[in-house]
Amino acid sequence: MAATDIYLTQSNDVAARTIGDDTLIMSTLDSTIFMLNSVGSAIWNSADGSTPLSRIVHEHLCEEFEVGEEEAFADAKEFVDQLATHGILLVSETPAAPKEIQ
Amino acid sequence: MSLLEEMNEKATARGVPLSAHMDITWRCNERCVHCYLDHDGKGEMTTDEIKDVICQLADVGTFFLSISGGEPLLRLDCFEILEFARAKRFNVKLKTNAFMIRAKEAARLRKLGIEQVQISVYSHRPEVHDAITKLPGSLRRTSEAIRHLRANNIKVSVTNVLMKYNSRDAMGVKRLADEWGVNFVVDPTITPMINGDRSIMNLGITTDELEEIMHTEEFVGSVGEFCAPISTVDDNVLDGYSCSAGHTLAYISPFGDVFPCVQFPMTCGNVRTQKFSDIWYDSPQFAELRSIHVRDLHTCSHCSHTAYCSRCPGLAYMEGDLRGPSQRDCEKSYARTGVPSAAMERLGQRVPQVFTGLVQISGLQ
Repeated sequence: MAATDIYLTQSNDVAARTIGDDTLIMSTLDSTIFMLNSVGSAIWNSADGSTPLSRIVHEHLCEEFEVGEEEAFADAKEFVDQLATHGILLVSETPAAPKEIQ
Repeated sequence: MSLLEEMNEKATARGVPLSAHMDITWRCNERCVHCYLDHDGKGEMTTDEIKDVICQLADVGTFFLSISGGEPLLRLDCFEILEFARAKRFNVKLKTNAFMIRAKEAARLRKLGIEQVQISVYSHRPEVHDAITKLPGSLRRTSEAIRHLRANNIKVSVTNVLMKYNSRDAMGVKRLADEWGVNFVVDPTITPMINGDRSIMNLGITTDELEEIMHTEEFVGSVGEFCAPISTVDDNVLDGYSCSAGHTLAYISPFGDVFPCVQFPMTCGNVRTQKFSDIWYDSPQFAELRSIHVRDLHTCSHCSHTAYCSRCPGLAYMEGDLRGPSQRDCEKSYARTGVPSAAMERLGQRVPQVFTGLVQISGLQ
């Protein structure tokens, strides 16, 4: 897993707020709106640029929902790719330098 | 149901103030004849106090934040406040007369990711706009600012507040808005001063002028649909609320006072002496407001307009009865449909003489 791991950073070009289990996100570039459920919210709120997706998946998906690491990682990666396509999440193969982490 | 409607429903159910309106100053470089504020800047919250309130709003779940005034750009820390709010991931709208926005400021707003800039334009005729703002050259400067904002791809919404001085200028302003490529809202809103002084109410347009606005397709969309009386009142309507004020919306004055809405001057607390969350969740004023459902309104609950009326509880409050009708909105419903409201029937008042109401028209989408 570690060989293909990725690091996520929240884009600065969004407004976002987690209310209860849900997270409302709006792109400031095109006003596209996203609503994340509890799993998506967990991934979003862990997107600090330094935590690898595999650890986010392990801590928030596998342990909470009792699913296998491989399956959970694939689902999470698909979700991340969707948000990345819209510029909501920034994806990197290396952790962000400390100054880039908000 | 759209995602925003879904989130709003969840916010209402959880008691989350999804939207907040902060006036960071009441000082202004214009002196609009119909303005509901005084312009005393003494005792305004400091930069740190405002940032603390913004943090508190983020903690309670506020997503939409309108920064307004007065003229907010008169504060030297306005951009610092906007930057702080954006860093806290708010969806930020800026309400300004735009007089102080030039190319540099527009670029800065773009960089900050401000969602929208809302600007009042009173007339397409400089002599009329400038007479209302009492600031010579204001239409020219505001127009230039709008072009700078649009050059930076910032969304702009122009509001045309109508009063007796510019009652025939809405179409002219709409043409300007179309030329600028910005949103346009016509707003026949003249409200009492926030201190209760009603002397400016006589600036409002007449009922005939309002009726004409309400029946103009360019402003309301399908006139047939917009003006058709709807008499269906079911439990969903009766169990609902007049508006979001105090339910998912809060207003904070430059001095820290918390109201349900800027047009609802019922002081519920002050953030200088209490946490915002304590005020929002525990103040008796908010509790009373939230206890009032449409079915509890003594006159409006059996009015044929209830299902679509834009009854403003703030104006009803200023008229002296939190559970009563807002006469101005009755007049609006009458102008829209030709059907008198229950309150007008009760008073034997079938045709109001002067409209000075608190309504905002949004065309049907």
